Amino acid sequence: MSNKEAHWQKTKNHMFVTLAIWFFFSIVIFMFGESVNQGSFLGYPLAYYMSAQGSLAAFVILIFWFANKQEKIDDEHGYGGEKEDD
Amino acid sequence: MFKGGFIQNLPKIYGLYTGGFLVFILLMAVLESAGVSAASIGIMFVAFTVLIYALIGYLSRTIQVDAYYVAGRQVPTVFNGMATAADWMSGASFVAMAGGIYFGGYTYMAFLVGWTGGYVLVSTLLAPYLRKFGCYTVPDFIGTRYGGNLPRFCATLVLVLASFTYVTAQINATGTIASRALQIPFELGVWVGLVSILMCSMLGGMRAVTWTQVAQYIVLITAYLIPVFWMGSKLGNPFPHFMLGDEVQRLAELEASAGLVKNSAADIKAAGVPGGLKYISNPHSAVPAGGMAVWKYLSLAICMMVGTASLPHILMRYFTTPSVKSARKSVAWSLFFIFLLYFSAPMLATLSKLQLMDPNLPTAIIGKSIAEVKSIPWVQNWSAVKQVFIADFNGDGILQLNEWFMRGDVVVLATPEVAGLPYVISGLVAAGGMAAAMSTADGLVLAISNCLSHDIYYKIIDPKADVKKRLIVARVLLVVIGAAAAYISSMRLTSILGAVAWAFDFAMSGLFFPLVLGVWWKRATKEGAVAGILGGLISGTAYLIYVGPKFMANTPWLGIDHLRFGIIGASVSLVAMVVVSLMTKEPSSSIQKMVDDVRIPSGRAILGKQH
Repeated sequence: MSNKEAHWQKTKNHMFVTLAIWFFFSIVIFMFGESVNQGSFLGYPLAYYMSAQGSLAAFVILIFWFANKQEKIDDEHGYGGEKEDD
Repeated sequence: MFKGGFIQNLPKIYGLYTGGFLVFILLMAVLESAGVSAASIGIMFVAFTVLIYALIGYLSRTIQVDAYYVAGRQVPTVFNGMATAADWMSGASFVAMAGGIYFGGYTYMAFLVGWTGGYVLVSTLLAPYLRKFGCYTVPDFIGTRYGGNLPRFCATLVLVLASFTYVTAQINATGTIASRALQIPFELGVWVGLVSILMCSMLGGMRAVTWTQVAQYIVLITAYLIPVFWMGSKLGNPFPHFMLGDEVQRLAELEASAGLVKNSAADIKAAGVPGGLKYISNPHSAVPAGGMAVWKYLSLAICMMVGTASLPHILMRYFTTPSVKSARKSVAWSLFFIFLLYFSAPMLATLSKLQLMDPNLPTAIIGKSIAEVKSIPWVQNWSAVKQVFIADFNGDGILQLNEWFMRGDVVVLATPEVAGLPYVISGLVAAGGMAAAMSTADGLVLAISNCLSHDIYYKIIDPKADVKKRLIVARVLLVVIGAAAAYISSMRLTSILGAVAWAFDFAMSGLFFPLVLGVWWKRATKEGAVAGILGGLISGTAYLIYVGPKFMANTPWLGIDHLRFGIIGASVSLVAMVVVSLMTKEPSSSIQKMVDDVRIPSGRAILGKQH
């Protein structure tokens, strides 16, 4: 496998992992909203909390993590590059 | 005091700007206590901020194509995040969202999840790759990736349809705010809004819009957060985001004791409730039971997420960063800046609902005698402009929960007044709403006119046009499109939110799969892309006409109503694109190599610097 293919393979896997986490916070939790709402966090009903703040915060953290890890993958394969690329 | 170029000094410049804005707020507060009238303070807030944006727009004027279309590709990561957040958060986010949560409760909050979760799709699937491509517009990518003018033209069609639907709502919002703050008729307010928008974008294109959007973000986030924290402190929760658990439970108790009564349509009509006003009939935090309720929540969130990842005026913001790496990081910062407002909106809704409902608070109106409520000054002010209404259905002279009608926007616009905050806060909120609506309108008008001038005029009609001619065409189109949007919104065709959700549905129907598969599936062909764009657009639009309450108003299929028609459009688009791609000849080796190059984050952009 060439360097290019290996890089793309890792990039794809990273994308799938990120989207799986995204799917959990955007879909799965609210699929079971009624039972999730029985739980509570900081005194808020849990599904309400996730919809108002929790999932939103999870997305912010997820994208920062995604970007940092992708940068590492790029560096490993010599595609990190410097600031200017055009 | 400024060494080095403009870009190096950005933190200093915007730091000074923010400081200046805070001083301006204090000055207004001093004027208020000195007895200057509320109306003059409102005028000063809106006029002063709009003039500042116009000044930034003038200072950013340019005669270079690269600067006009993509801000010279030198916008730093964090600043691009702020600009995107302002581009993103529209009049609907600022003015209508808290109101939507106030009335819709948990069910409505699908919008919050949808409008933030979409950025995960933007960052993983699209933004870095489109940046590597080096295009000027979204149809530029479609046209080059699939080859030929037909896909480019079809993508332009979707872009114009989606963005235009959206921009009329924004100009409508600028008109509403301008008319209220400057005390002029709505129809005139729309044109004042348009002129303000054009002043920010006409001379400098994307460069000017970028730097005004950063300035507008600072105003809008200040204007949103100050009232939330102030009101929170007044009720003993200085950091409301983490401290309202008890209040949310208290609301559930109050709902249970008051009972969530549904009014019949006939009663509402007989009482003469003005159009667009709502009453509370949904629980604030309880999750409605049943599979259909779950599906309605999820389908709305899906439409908004996928729509986010297809909206051209958002995607084009990531063309302005210096590198692929910074495009990716910039998505994260965008979402962070958006998050600051979105996670405050439910708290604002909770606080303002509690203030009206909780009999232990002095501001409560539910459960009081109607004569008493009608004598409260803010109720009188907002009744006069038909934004609130009282209908004593059971004739007992006491205000019940289902007898209090209010327009959603009032939650943000009137809450400072209800909570008894000084008028300077209401002026600040008006300036914030204006900033939110203007920044989104700017991005949208620019997306449409850039696409028409670049993809239709330069790429299809006259590929030999020189730089000067291209930029003249771009500016003329900007004015024409702005004027057309202002004209349509002055006719008030649809409510703000209906139109906003439609823009997401149009974009996801026609653009999502052609964009994503263009990067992630080498086998996607030109014919497949055309089938995907047109199939999605046509089926989605047909379905909208079939169920739209203002069109044929048929019963939605599986609960997919007019806010969710993108589900139909995008599914048809995916199937059509895959089937037609597999039936047609594999793309040429040069196209396949291009896709390979797009997937490598470093190195030169696919399209040259000037194209």
